[in-house]
Amino acid sequence: MSNDNGELDFNTDWTYSPAPESSEHVKIRDRYDLFIGGEFTAPESGKYFATVNPATEEQLAEVAEASSEDVDRAVRAARKAYEQHWSRLPAVTRGKYIYRIARVLQERAREFAVLESMDGGKPIRESRDVDIPLAAAHFFYYAGWADKVDYAFPGRKTRPVGVAGQIIPWNFPLLMAAWKIAPALACGNTVVLKPAETTPLTALLLAEIIREADLPPGVVNIVTGAGATGAAIVDHPDIDKIAFTGSTEVGRIIQKALAGSDRRYTLELGGKAANIIFEDAALDQAVEGIINGIFFNQGHVCCAGSRLLVQESVADDVLARLKDRMATLIVGDPLDKNTDIGAINSRAQLETINKYLEIGQQEGAAMYQASCAVPERGYWCRPTVFTGVSQSHRIVQEEIFGPVLAVQTFRTVDEAVAKANNTPYGLSGGIWTDKGAKIFKVSSQVRAGVVWANTFNKFDPGSPFGGYKESGVGREGGLHGLQPYLELA
Amino acid sequence: MANDEKLIARAGRQGEPAATSGVSQKPRKLAVASEPERVGVLKTYKLYIGGNFPRTESGRFFKIVDRKGEPLANMCRASRKDFREAVVAARAAFAGWSAASAYLRGQILYRVAEMLEGRKEQFVTELFALGATRPAAQGEVEEAIDRLVYFAGWCDKYQQVFSSVNPVSSSHFNFSMLEPTGVVVLVAPDKHPLLGLVANLAPAIAGGNTVVALASEQLPTAAVSFAEVLHSSDVPAGVVNLLSGYRQELLEHFAAHMDVNALVYCGSDPGQIQQVRTLAADNIKRVIVRGLSSWNDDDSRNPYFIADTQEVKTTWHPVGR
Repeated sequence: MSNDNGELDFNTDWTYSPAPESSEHVKIRDRYDLFIGGEFTAPESGKYFATVNPATEEQLAEVAEASSEDVDRAVRAARKAYEQHWSRLPAVTRGKYIYRIARVLQERAREFAVLESMDGGKPIRESRDVDIPLAAAHFFYYAGWADKVDYAFPGRKTRPVGVAGQIIPWNFPLLMAAWKIAPALACGNTVVLKPAETTPLTALLLAEIIREADLPPGVVNIVTGAGATGAAIVDHPDIDKIAFTGSTEVGRIIQKALAGSDRRYTLELGGKAANIIFEDAALDQAVEGIINGIFFNQGHVCCAGSRLLVQESVADDVLARLKDRMATLIVGDPLDKNTDIGAINSRAQLETINKYLEIGQQEGAAMYQASCAVPERGYWCRPTVFTGVSQSHRIVQEEIFGPVLAVQTFRTVDEAVAKANNTPYGLSGGIWTDKGAKIFKVSSQVRAGVVWANTFNKFDPGSPFGGYKESGVGREGGLHGLQPYLELA
Repeated sequence: MANDEKLIARAGRQGEPAATSGVSQKPRKLAVASEPERVGVLKTYKLYIGGNFPRTESGRFFKIVDRKGEPLANMCRASRKDFREAVVAARAAFAGWSAASAYLRGQILYRVAEMLEGRKEQFVTELFALGATRPAAQGEVEEAIDRLVYFAGWCDKYQQVFSSVNPVSSSHFNFSMLEPTGVVVLVAPDKHPLLGLVANLAPAIAGGNTVVALASEQLPTAAVSFAEVLHSSDVPAGVVNLLSGYRQELLEHFAAHMDVNALVYCGSDPGQIQQVRTLAADNIKRVIVRGLSSWNDDDSRNPYFIADTQEVKTTWHPVGR
């Protein structure tokens, strides 16, 4: 339907009835302890912190805060399990345990999806269709590698690294736990994993599954807490390898903290991906790609397409279509199956995003927001687009980690590539064109670890993921994701 | 002051034929007995930056002595500014070199081997002057030549060994391949000053990186002469830049430079390693520490040396109508 000016008008009767996913089958306990040595144990300090549903601002549960003593207990449990059980098991047996985890995850997928959306604020459509199935697939994929890893490294014999300390972010809580745990276990390591403090619940539910799957105690230990807990893991001398996913700022601190030792590390850090739209692209498809690139998971995605580079000749057209499409996005209850954009993960992150919205306007960019309604309680951000930005603007250079897109234009392929590469990051990129040769040229010139051509934000356990430049070191996923967890001899 | 010292050093060497620079320059007896002995031509060792052979902008130098403790040469003591110029040259050369076909890179590395083979005697003499026995010097040069051929052969093969086509469950064609990390700084080892340099340099450039290398501080002459071999081998200007100087002085600048993507450190000094790793974190540099005691076996003769300075890029293409 369009109004007198020919603009599409969405304020019509085309509204959706609420379609909330039931949370009745999810049992959330009042209090969660640390998972160490196969048991849930109270933190030595006796301290607990709240985890909040960002869509309601209500407390879901309180969760143990692990001190360095607790981390030490977890590392000792992991070391014991590594030396006495896990590294001595036949690889085929390790694989079977990991297959079990994958299967139970699939069986309890709906419960995990609902819990993930409640604790983190992401739309149920995404937790149901992306996060949980991918997490299960990740365990399934790496389970099969357990007795085959030597084939991945020609001319080399492999052996496990030992105890891995793993620190994961709040944007894909269970999926990141799977990315970390599955390859580590398949390669014969044991782990101490710290979920993010705002989204610990699915990792703790995973701990229950790991117990159900009868893994030897101590093979997987899960310690909850904030930055201090993470620092205790990084600083622990008996951890052989650190795997971190999070901000470049913290990644730098970790790289420095590990400088005095030979402990290995992989870092999956920030990004500021350019989504490049050429004039010969299928524009409606490209607009879907832009939407998926920046508004998927509220833009809490390190590889988000947070910069739109659009060829000047089609810029007005693309922007008009983009605004039309943004007008259809539904922001609200994460558990509603119609919701496109859920809640911002935490109050702190909402403040960060709002700070960048101010910075963008102060720098002189024009801000456009969809006019959708948002709930009164909870943390929300309307889909946002900045135009009139230049390469030096902070909203072009810095990662915002929210549903905020900066739009620039270009005239030539070379200009697009130069602008795409002109940030310290190099995690991902998008290219939209109908010309195959152009795809290969541009995708080889974009300095980034993942390039999506005529698609965006696709993930698979078999597909290596990781950054160039300040977006990190090492790869996770696929064959290449094995190497961080193996010594080659 | 510095110039005076230089003059004195040269004067000292002229009177002592045994203490020539590395090049074979023993004064020859001339047929006509009445003529004086021919005075040898001493070589000036310079830096190699962007395809040119400049002296250090700092005007500084350091002396090295030969196996008898006699002065051998005045080496350029490269400064931070020299290093920064070298990074600019390496960055400028990166686009072209990384886009060069694997076949071309292989041919150029092979050409380097050919050139080194042709100048074998010079390098044996230089290494001998630096203290190696003649058989050891000959062995080192020959292995350096063979190593260049070895990595020349890898140029169009490592990609096939380390790449993958990934069977994703969605309707996409998905593959991962290697791309060079970018500008690599190489801190070459002291042991085996020529082979140690070649063993670490060849895999980096075979993989399409451009390099700024610091020659062995203790035994730099043969490595600096190697720049001449590179220069006559179709290696584009800036792909390899070679400095001589003080490792401890330059390390912090190497590790902290924001336009360097990776640093290969050969050695085992814990203090230096920690310093390098700490400063490298400023731009998440890849740090590769190679503490090998020998560069003459399969511990360094393998394609994983190439993979160390590569990035994995994964590309997704939809499959459909």
